[in-house]
Amino acid sequence: MSSGDFLLVAVLAVPAVGAVLVAATPRDRAARLVGTAVAGLTLVAAVLLVWGDHGWFGYGPAPAVQPWHELDLPWVPGLDLRFHLGVDGLSWPLVALTALLTLLCCGYTVWRVPAGGTGRALVALLLVVEVGILGTFLALDLVLFFVFFEVVLLPMYAIIAGWGGDDRRRAARKFALYTLLGSVLLLVGVSVVVADAGTADVVALTGGTGLSRGTQLAAFTLLAVAFAVKSPLWPLHSWLPDAHTQAPTVGSVILAGVLLKMGTYGLVRMAVGVAPEGARWAAPALGVLAVAAIIVGSLVCLAQDDLKRLIAYSSVGHMGFVLLGVATLTATGIQAALIGNIAHGVITGLLFFLAGAVKDRTGTGALAELSGLRETAPRLAGLLGFAAVASLGLPGLAGFWGEAFAVVAAVRRGGGLWTTLAVLAAVGGALTAAYFLRLLRQVTHGRPTPAVARVAPGLAGAELAAWTPLVLLALAVGLVPALVLGFAAGPVDALVGVLR
Amino acid sequence: MGGMSLVQSVDNVALLPAYLAAGTAVLVLLADLLLGRAGATVAVAAAGAVATVAGAVVVGAGETRRTFCVGADCSWVFDGRAALVAAVFALLTLGVLGLSGPLLGAGPTPVGEYCFLLACSMTGGVVLGAAGDLITLVVAVETLTLPLYVLVGLRRGSLASAEAAVTFFVVSVVATTLTLLGAALLYAVTGGLHLDRLGALLGAAGDLPLTTAAVTLVVVGLAFKVAAVPFHAWAPATYDGAPLPVAAYLSTASKLGGVVALLAVVQRALPADVTGPVLAGLAVLTMTVGNLVALRQRRTVRLLAWSSVAQAGYILAPLGALALAAGRTGEARATAYAAVVAYAVFFVALELVAFAALVALRPAGADGGTVDDLRGAARRYPWAGAAFALALTGLAGLPPGLAGLFAKVTVVRSLLAGGAGWLALVVAVNAVVGLAYYLRLTATLYAVDASAGPAVRDGRPAWAVSAALAGATVVALVLGFAPQLVLALAAG
Repeated sequence: MSSGDFLLVAVLAVPAVGAVLVAATPRDRAARLVGTAVAGLTLVAAVLLVWGDHGWFGYGPAPAVQPWHELDLPWVPGLDLRFHLGVDGLSWPLVALTALLTLLCCGYTVWRVPAGGTGRALVALLLVVEVGILGTFLALDLVLFFVFFEVVLLPMYAIIAGWGGDDRRRAARKFALYTLLGSVLLLVGVSVVVADAGTADVVALTGGTGLSRGTQLAAFTLLAVAFAVKSPLWPLHSWLPDAHTQAPTVGSVILAGVLLKMGTYGLVRMAVGVAPEGARWAAPALGVLAVAAIIVGSLVCLAQDDLKRLIAYSSVGHMGFVLLGVATLTATGIQAALIGNIAHGVITGLLFFLAGAVKDRTGTGALAELSGLRETAPRLAGLLGFAAVASLGLPGLAGFWGEAFAVVAAVRRGGGLWTTLAVLAAVGGALTAAYFLRLLRQVTHGRPTPAVARVAPGLAGAELAAWTPLVLLALAVGLVPALVLGFAAGPVDALVGVLR
Repeated sequence: MGGMSLVQSVDNVALLPAYLAAGTAVLVLLADLLLGRAGATVAVAAAGAVATVAGAVVVGAGETRRTFCVGADCSWVFDGRAALVAAVFALLTLGVLGLSGPLLGAGPTPVGEYCFLLACSMTGGVVLGAAGDLITLVVAVETLTLPLYVLVGLRRGSLASAEAAVTFFVVSVVATTLTLLGAALLYAVTGGLHLDRLGALLGAAGDLPLTTAAVTLVVVGLAFKVAAVPFHAWAPATYDGAPLPVAAYLSTASKLGGVVALLAVVQRALPADVTGPVLAGLAVLTMTVGNLVALRQRRTVRLLAWSSVAQAGYILAPLGALALAAGRTGEARATAYAAVVAYAVFFVALELVAFAALVALRPAGADGGTVDDLRGAARRYPWAGAAFALALTGLAGLPPGLAGLFAKVTVVRSLLAGGAGWLALVVAVNAVVGLAYYLRLTATLYAVDASAGPAVRDGRPAWAVSAALAGATVVALVLGFAPQLVLALAAG
């Protein structure tokens, strides 16, 4: 077993075993500390994955998927299921982000356990969710991808239903049923591909070799709808605001930060990669829906009066940009989607942490009752301002690249439809700026309301520890987008190569 | 056939599992008569079940064995799949015996009769898997179900139990009559009773009179046994009225029996272009109605009963897909048959865990109660609660119930291999509906506001129940990580 194989297994095995350890640790605080240590180890393993063979050279046409590390073991031959893992430039940034956010959430839970259950159970569930998300990003077998996709569902349901807000049961049920609808469609889509191709190997399938046009259209439609539920893409997004609003802070962070990315990653890697013909066929429809998501998301945000709900709806708009990038099917667009994914994960993760902190301190999420935060808690208000500005896509911060280049990619794609979509998306971008500035005006400026007036100015050490990495990442990705794009360039070029 | 010798050499090795099962029943009767101690009787029954499993494994490990042959047609074909079926039946019997501990200990139930009837039923199941002709098949199915009429009615002094027994008896007898009528018509048309011979005759002769009616009768009669809609109405009342361990047996072993019988006739004897549309319609109706009605159930056993009706729909789906798909290949057919067996095995494993956990959580000898009775139960009894949750998630087809997930994958895959994409979508949508009630039950188990009073057991469950629960859970977990064990045997 090479060191790469070892790391791939470790990235999944450490949190899986860790979850059991956490559940078995008798004392609650000790269990949370064990969980944080496990999440830390997972992050180390995930970061170490970056060292590998990145070589994009060789004779003849390069394969469309060239993992840095690869592990391929038989599991269930009867279902064409192999335990086939691999990491490359498309997946590694997401793997690292998942490991980082889980670590931050576990650490945050050491400091504060939301009401509803024990911290031990929450940390154990966070680690199980991490296994599912990491497995989804690492899987290079369609059936294995589906299995990991499903692993996430019930633990996330339990996190929302166990530790969430007042309306948590309904929100959690809605989340579970919607996302299950997505994943059963994924199952049908995967089975369509596997039944026709006789293999579930993503490396072999990428490029659509051997699949008939009819199969590709059917498969892409099913997979795209499945991922559209997860991402979520308007009009299948209605589970998201409830789930994000009701989930505890750490749940919202994981949901928005990385869980939604399972959809967009799946769209790029599985749907577009395996059924490129279907992707070309459906691209205009996808583009129109993505732009509709941007506009609808922004307009709804303009009318929101709840902090968490506003941030939740902002995800619909941001993911619209990501999907627009994918829909262009160009190298620029897909790169924009990847960096948009990471940026949204970092920034919205931070925003949910901050919204949670505001809500914990003031006991309310209503924007009308939150004015004047700058007066009583200047640091918190400052951070909120930073995150909001990053989210609206200010150049120099992480949010800029994904949204700007999604629009650029649509313009470059040319033609009346794509130009119109680009213009509309740009308008949506302006609306995004409008609602975030409105948010800042309402929350930070003005005279302190009674709820805000009793907020103490300080920030806890645990909060700073959880937020600082995200602030730094938002800056770093904004200033040096090559942090993400450098890894992604090779795989994206190869993917676009097979799309032609 | 005049030239053929009428003296047959009987392959007793092939019959060993059936001997062991039948011997168990006889020994149980003798033990009860001679020793008269409840413990000894149960121990003999359990040992017999274990011996039957061992016999099935040993015989099944070798080549396919045939006996009672007339020419090329054999009434007893013990292959890998027959061994799997026999072993599963014996294991289910063993599990149900474990679950019956508190019921038998509580008093009025006669231990000897109970164990004897259970062993007889097991014998029917063991024979069923290897049956090669219609008569053996029907007799095996009846041997499997006949003892259950009595077992269902064993809750003495319970009106519900008596009603359940009568309902079950009447419906089941009518179903058997239909199957027999169908078999008789088939014999009249073709002159054959052996499954393979019937298949060949019906395939070669083309359009024979009465075939459609005969085939429909056989299929409908067996559809009663698996409680497929619209022949399902007996199941919820019967399950709910029966003692819990018997309900567990009904929803696992008895259902498996119906599936195996249906599979045998559909795969080997009957023309797929007649059975297919019937079964596809039954499958869609069964899963949809089962799931929708389960949504509204307040009593736990009724919820599980309706859910098992829905599951029967998933099991039937691959069979229905086959006949509808034009130009199906042999490979696609084999995939579908294997999918049916595999799904059924995954299902019974999870269903047994669910019932075992319910028995462990409820007071000794109680019925299933309402869903609200289980409020917060998993917080008081984390292990039994976790097993119940595992089973429910598995039945919903989601991790951590990986066995159920792979069952779902197996069925959807076989449907697409058979070219029935629309049926796969119906299954998919039904899985979402199903999750709603499985989730409700699971969430109730973990509800925080635990007002669980006398509805949940005090103290530890009987060791036999714990052992059965632990064993079934381990099997379900192992199948979740190594589904190939079942898939390989089912394909054989």
